[in-house]
Amino acid sequence: MNKFLAWPLMTLVLSGSALLAGCNSGPPTLYQWESYQPEVYEYFKGETPKEAQAEALERDLQKIASTGKTPPPGYHAHLGLLYLSMGKDDQMVQQFRTEKTLFPESGAYMDFLLKNAKTGDTK
Amino acid sequence: MISRSLKLMAGLLALAVLGGCVSPKTVDYSAYKQARPKTILVLPPLNDSPDVKASYAMLSQVTFPLAEAGYYVLPIALVDETFRQNGLTTPADIHQAPADKLRSIFGADAALYITVTEYGTRYMVISSETAVTATAKLVDLKTGTTLWTGAARASSEEGGNNGGGGLVGMLITAAVKQIINSSTDAGYPIAGVASNRLLSAGHPAGLLYGPRSPKYGTD
Repeated sequence: MNKFLAWPLMTLVLSGSALLAGCNSGPPTLYQWESYQPEVYEYFKGETPKEAQAEALERDLQKIASTGKTPPPGYHAHLGLLYLSMGKDDQMVQQFRTEKTLFPESGAYMDFLLKNAKTGDTK
Repeated sequence: MISRSLKLMAGLLALAVLGGCVSPKTVDYSAYKQARPKTILVLPPLNDSPDVKASYAMLSQVTFPLAEAGYYVLPIALVDETFRQNGLTTPADIHQAPADKLRSIFGADAALYITVTEYGTRYMVISSETAVTATAKLVDLKTGTTLWTGAARASSEEGGNNGGGGLVGMLITAAVKQIINSSTDAGYPIAGVASNRLLSAGHPAGLLYGPRSPKYGTD
């Protein structure tokens, strides 16, 4: 092949495949979302039991852990809310603390909730 | 002579710059950039549509665009629960809550006030359209300043793909669509599109990137 043509051709092919790859995977996200938003909607609709909602989120958490990515803001806090409504206070506390560790911005609110949980106000 | 041509060039440059500014949407981001919010509290949306599902279908899908834009978004359902425990049970009541209270309880820098103005399916002879429209206002909770406002609409009829097949084909498509639209919550996925359109960063007149985004400070 003509030496002068080969180089531009290769760039063209490479950029083309880069474009295609971009189409397949979509832009990379900051977080691994899984079913967080649908589960939040499920919570509001109240049609499935809280236990099933918590199980779905825990299952997805395993998936997220296996890829080494981070769950989105609110994920652990939402699990905490589900455990609160199931009366599992220890697991609730653990989830609120994880939220605070992953996202220090949540600190003020998580502390407020943990304080209320201790005095039993949130029940 | 040189200074004259320089002046002329400066004039032309100014014209070019001004010309660029006459694009349909211009937003003043100065207050927003000064405030640099890190955390956003999304309040349950007001609902001006006849469908009661509108508010929570929208609310449950705002976290994705905002968090991917680089903000910490306070946990949606937990926040709603906290409002309820404090006697605020409707979006209208919650939208009246004082800013300093919101800031002290939730530790949020800014609050997002959303109104859903359209949500649902309109049935017509040939087609049915499911559409969602919402407006939003981002308010600094320290100063009460409005940092940003926006509006977006999403519709099942976007792109206008008639799919071919003539009039009979169109009638069948319409019938099938009506069944789908009425049997499930057809507004929910459309609300997701509207939410992403309204609240993602990196497009003209949109929200700015937040501190958790690698693109923070580039817009």
